[in-house]
Amino acid sequence: MLRRLWAHGPIRWSSLLLLLLLVLVVGAPWFGTLLPDAMDPANANLPMFTRALFNDLSGDSYEHLFLLGTDAMGRDLWSRMLYGGRISLTVGAVVALFSLLLGSLVGLVSGYFRRVDMLLMRCMDGLMAIPAMIFAISLVAIFGARLSTLLVAITIPEIPRVARLVRSVVLGVREEAYVEAAVALATPTLKILRRHILPNAIAPLIIQGTYICAAAILIESSLSFLGLGLSAEEATWGSIMAEGRSQFNQHPNVVLLPGVLLALTVLAVNMLGDGLRDRLDPKFNKRT
Amino acid sequence: MYIFVLRRILSTIPVLGIVALIVFMMLHLAPGDPAAIIVGDNGSLADIQRVRDQLGLNESLPMQFWHWLLRLLQGDLGRSIFIPQSVVSLIGQRIGPTFSLAGLTLVFTLLLAIPLGTIAAWKRNSWLDRGLMAASAAGFSVPAFVVGYLFIWLFGLRLQWFPVQGYIPPAQSLSGWLHGLVLPALTLAMVYIALIARVTRAAVSEALTEDYIRTARSKGIAEWRVLLRHALANAAVPIVTVVGIGVALLITGVVVTETVFAIPGLGRLTVDAVLSRDFPMIQGVTLFFSFVYVVVNLLVDLSYLLLDPRIRY
Repeated sequence: MLRRLWAHGPIRWSSLLLLLLLVLVVGAPWFGTLLPDAMDPANANLPMFTRALFNDLSGDSYEHLFLLGTDAMGRDLWSRMLYGGRISLTVGAVVALFSLLLGSLVGLVSGYFRRVDMLLMRCMDGLMAIPAMIFAISLVAIFGARLSTLLVAITIPEIPRVARLVRSVVLGVREEAYVEAAVALATPTLKILRRHILPNAIAPLIIQGTYICAAAILIESSLSFLGLGLSAEEATWGSIMAEGRSQFNQHPNVVLLPGVLLALTVLAVNMLGDGLRDRLDPKFNKRT
Repeated sequence: MYIFVLRRILSTIPVLGIVALIVFMMLHLAPGDPAAIIVGDNGSLADIQRVRDQLGLNESLPMQFWHWLLRLLQGDLGRSIFIPQSVVSLIGQRIGPTFSLAGLTLVFTLLLAIPLGTIAAWKRNSWLDRGLMAASAAGFSVPAFVVGYLFIWLFGLRLQWFPVQGYIPPAQSLSGWLHGLVLPALTLAMVYIALIARVTRAAVSEALTEDYIRTARSKGIAEWRVLLRHALANAAVPIVTVVGIGVALLITGVVVTETVFAIPGLGRLTVDAVLSRDFPMIQGVTLFFSFVYVVVNLLVDLSYLLLDPRIRY
C-alpha cells in the first residue's frame, strides 16, 4: 500500500518537501538560527548571505551568517521563518485532526440516528453559511488571539464539510447487508459504527484532512498578516510579512520570501491531497 | 415550478435563522460580561452599565435574542461603538468599493477561467493541459496577500503600469476607478480562477465523452461549435454551482485584498472593527457577508431552471 502511494510522483515529492520542512522547523535551533526575536538594530536590513557581527541585547556578541538577511529591526529572517513555520504546521495539523474527529462524530450521529439528523444538519447548514475567514475573525476578536482560540476558531468552520462527507458515507452503507446482519446479531451500536461503518469513510477523510490542513495554514497566515492572529511579537509567516510591509519598496525580500515559503508549503499539502485522491478514491478516478 | 422557487426561497429562512443564532451566541458565550469586554480594560462601572442598557443585557438570554432578532428583521443592526453611526449606514457607505472589486473579479474570472478550463478539457493530457492544471494548483495555494505583493512589486513598482494603493469612486473618474481596480481584482481572482478552471475542465471533459458529442462531430459541426454549444452548455450546472460556492473564497479574499491595496471597503471595515473590538459592527458584517453568501447560492440554485431544461421541479 505505502509503496504504491510512494510510486506516485506528486505524492512522493510533496511528502518529501513537507518532511524536509518538518525537520527544518522542529530542528530550527540546529540549522544556523538565532532566537527568532533576537534583534540588533546595527544589523538592520542586511542583504542575503551576509556574515556580520551580531550584538545581542544582553551584551553577547558573536559572528553569524545571515542566510536570508535581516529585517528592519536587525532580526535574522531565516530564523524567523523557521520558527514561524512551527506555528503554521501546528495549526495545519491540529485543525485537520480536530475537525476530522469532531466532523466525523457529527456525521456518524447524524447519518445513523435519523431522529437528530434534521436538527444537526440545519445547524451545519447555518455554520457553513458563514464564510470561514469571517467566522474565525469574529471568534478571535471576541475571545482574544491566543493559540488555543485560533485553533478553535479555524476548526469550527471546517466541521460541517467533514460532517456532511461522513454522513453521506453512512447513508450509503447503512442499508448494506453486512450492516443489517450486524444489527440482527444485536451488535452494540458503537461497535457497528466503529467496525462496519467508519472504515468506509477513512480514505475520503484522509483526503479531506489534507485540504483542511492547507486551508487552515492559509487562514492562520491571513489572520496574522492582518494583525488579528497571535500577538505581534510571535514570529509567524503572516506577521513577518505584515511587519515587512512598511519597507516593501526598498526591501521586498522580507515580504516575498516568507510568502514563497508559505505558498510552497500549501502547494505541497494540496498536491499531497490531489495525489491521495487519485490513489485512494476509486470513485473519483472513474468520474474523470 | 413556482412552488419550487417559493420553497427554495423559504428554505433559506432556517439557515439564516441559525446564522443569526450563531452570531448572537458568539458574543454571549464569551467568558465574562460582554459589556465589560466591549468597554475594555479602562472602562468604569458606569460605562459598563451604560453599555449593558444600550445592548439590553439585563434581560434574559432568550428575550435578548428575540428583541435582537426583531430589530434585525427591521434592518436594524445596532450602532457602532466607536463611530456615532448605525452599523447599516456604515456598511452602506463601504459597499461600493467592495462590490466594484468583487464585480470586476467575477468578470476577470469568467473571462479567463472558463476558456482555459475548456481548452484544457479539449486538449486533455496534453502539455498544455498539464501546464494549466499545475498553474491552477499553484493559484489555489498562494494566499491573496502574497499574490498581491508580487503584483505590486512587478506591475506597480517595476513596470509602473498600475497604481497600487487606494480607491477612486466611479462618479469621480470612471477610467481611474477601473485602472485602480485592475491589480486588486486580479489578485482576488487568482484563487477563484484556479477553482473554476478546474471544475470547468472536469465538467467539460465529462460532457465530451457523451454520445451526442460524437453525433455532433460526425454531422460535421465545427469543432468550436461542438465545444461551446454541446460540451460547455451541458457543463454549465456544475460550473455555476462552484461559482456560487466560491463566493466564500471571494469574501475571504476581499478582507485580505482590501488591506493590501488600501481599499476602503467592507473587508477593511471588518478588520478595523475587529482591531477596535467594535462588537455590533463585527456582528453586522458577519451577518451581512453570510446573507450575501446565502442569497448568491439561492440564485445559483434557481439558475439551474434556466441552464438545464431537464431540471423540472
